[in-house]
Amino acid sequence: MSRKVLACIDASPYAQAVCDYAVWAAKKLNVAMSVIHVLDNSHKTVHTDFSGSIGLGSQEALLAQLAELDAQHAKLALQRGRIMLDAAKARAEAAGVTAVDERLRHGELVETLAELADETRLLVLGKRGFSSADAHGHLGLHVERVIRSLQKPILLTQQHYTEPKSIMLAYDGSATALKGLEMLAASPLGKGLPVHLVMAGVTTDATEALMASAAAILRNAGFTTTVAIVGGEPEAVLHQYQQHHHIDLLVMGAYGHSRIRQFIVGSTTTAMISQAKCSLLILR
Amino acid sequence: MLLTYLKQHWLSNLRGDILSAIVVALALIPEAIAFSIIAGVDPKVGLYASFAICVIIAFAGARPGMISAATGAMALLMITLVKQHGLEYLLAATLLTGVIQIIFGLFKLGDLMRFVSRSVVTGFVNALAILIFMAQLPELSGTYGTTTVYGMTALGLAIIYLFPYVTKKIPSPLVCIVVLTAIAVYFNLDIRTVADMGELPDSLPVFLWPDVPLNFETLQIIFPYALALAVVGILESLMTATIVDDFTDTSSDKNRECVGQGIANIGSGLIGGMAGCAMIGQSVINVKSGGRTRLSALLAGSLLLLMVVFLDQWVGMIPMAALMAVMIMVSIGTFSWSSVKDLGKNPKSSSVVMIATVIVVVFTHNLAYGVLVGVLLSALFFAHKVGQILYIGSSLSKDGHERTYNVVGQVFFSSSEQFVNAFDFKEAVEKVTIDLSKAHFWDITAISSLDKVVLKFRREGTDVQLLGLNDASATLVDKFAVHNRPEAIEKLMGH
Repeated sequence: MSRKVLACIDASPYAQAVCDYAVWAAKKLNVAMSVIHVLDNSHKTVHTDFSGSIGLGSQEALLAQLAELDAQHAKLALQRGRIMLDAAKARAEAAGVTAVDERLRHGELVETLAELADETRLLVLGKRGFSSADAHGHLGLHVERVIRSLQKPILLTQQHYTEPKSIMLAYDGSATALKGLEMLAASPLGKGLPVHLVMAGVTTDATEALMASAAAILRNAGFTTTVAIVGGEPEAVLHQYQQHHHIDLLVMGAYGHSRIRQFIVGSTTTAMISQAKCSLLILR
Repeated sequence: MLLTYLKQHWLSNLRGDILSAIVVALALIPEAIAFSIIAGVDPKVGLYASFAICVIIAFAGARPGMISAATGAMALLMITLVKQHGLEYLLAATLLTGVIQIIFGLFKLGDLMRFVSRSVVTGFVNALAILIFMAQLPELSGTYGTTTVYGMTALGLAIIYLFPYVTKKIPSPLVCIVVLTAIAVYFNLDIRTVADMGELPDSLPVFLWPDVPLNFETLQIIFPYALALAVVGILESLMTATIVDDFTDTSSDKNRECVGQGIANIGSGLIGGMAGCAMIGQSVINVKSGGRTRLSALLAGSLLLLMVVFLDQWVGMIPMAALMAVMIMVSIGTFSWSSVKDLGKNPKSSSVVMIATVIVVVFTHNLAYGVLVGVLLSALFFAHKVGQILYIGSSLSKDGHERTYNVVGQVFFSSSEQFVNAFDFKEAVEKVTIDLSKAHFWDITAISSLDKVVLKFRREGTDVQLLGLNDASATLVDKFAVHNRPEAIEKLMGH
């Protein structure tokens, strides 16, 4: 089965950027593209009946009432979803991707994406969704769960599309980071773009050797590679570096540590994602 | 991750959950007291149980938005145990109930619910409603049944059902309790109050191990009760879970619910509470008041305990008439009204199953027996119906020497007689062909009737040919058939 670039859209301002990035990735990878919208059926019905009394047939009446409310809500959501998908498809086709299909699914976002994992080559997702679009500096409601549960590369987009001109790879020598590095080297997605291989830490012989061997992998794969080791708090210096060199795409491995460690000391991955000022490619 | 879990399962519906928790807690108090009285124990046993079960299920249960606590269905099963052996044995039985339910869940016996048909569920619910109603009758009869009590109960019911027309912002059962208590205190009425029924909790519950000898004899006493409690508890919980599934258009893991109910019952037993399960009426109230997540159950349980412990003086003054009014409301609300309305519309067999379930429960006071009878009847009716899917046609050859029978459909214990009767043994032909290619032979009854047919034809001097025994039937024939063995005749015909 040919795997696709999956663009996850909703009613948030990110939808267009997601679509554009998916188009970019689909062209680079030369695969088909799917636009998907998930209708989350967490029904939010407002009740003002606190009477606490139940009479004859109240169970049936309540079911009928809830079903009626949900039905109206769901119909609207269905229409809206269809319109969004049509718009995204038209946009992608206008941008030159020929094989675009639409998927409108009921269910929870994370579960739905997990079901589609087998046909996913790359998932494109807005950094925040509709429900938290204005919470700048924070991650969307579902984003972290998606990243954790889906063993697929994920492109996390900003609100506005800028065609990636250079790539920055945050590297710390860990197994996760090395895997990310190898995946990037093997993938056609970044081909032809200059790569900045950056490590946050102290410059020692050991780190330099580490970086040299990492850079060799990239150079062998044909990437123009710049190596840098910057001192300081990882999240801060990496972002500084990114902004200073006007890098449009940050590549990183995700969640290398155990859950327990993350709960106590926090996760570098989560912090990196939420503070990033450019789009992120998360490799797993 | 923990945060997203919290957000989704606990905090996604904050306002609705908090408000519904208050409504549910207020509705739980009279019920817990009333059910303790049914079981024959102090009100505090039911109140502690409701607290423990409600709170533990909030964490351990599988169905957010469902309310579990001390229930009528369970209380009815404990009466004899409490009467004969006392409270300590009830607590031990409660612990054992929990253990059995956890085992049910681990062995995935929740899946067995698929054998419980819709009609049985409806019968169970209706029987439960009738039992809760009947449990109120002693308070209305004999020396307690004075005109004052009747009047107060009627007034209570009027408040419960008419007050929502004034405002739906305040729970009407609460208004009923407050008004009736005020009237009873103000006019100094001589009617029974909650305080007359036994001890109310005056402190937070403490951990305690049931004071029973740990030996085989104790197990013999409590096991039958614990088993019945476990079965009924699971049944009612899974039925309620299905109802809440329907309300919220989501699904829940039934086996995990079994384990959750078990954990909750163990917790209840360890702080001196009785066994409980999910409550249909309260869950309806919870959803109706806007409760959707686990938070509503947690808050409802905690509020219940706080209110009772700190307001015990006031709770004691509530007249029994007010509780009765609330319980009559619960029984009416639990009753499945559509099942009566649709009685004429539904197939007769479904109605018979439903009514039989109700009748057995009302006579035995044991919901488990009712469900057993209901399930057996449904199975019999189903067997009967499927047995009717059998058609046997035949045609005579042109020269009149040969007849071909075509068998289409299901042959098993219920339809085997019909199968045998379809053949004409009196007709003298040289050869009979029985085409079985469109038939299914399900059991040994079916096989032995086929044997019988073949043997009967042979005895009349007719040659028999069987055609196209399909694969399923063929394996059965190979295993059980006797007609191709010489000693078969004696065996089958009984000479």
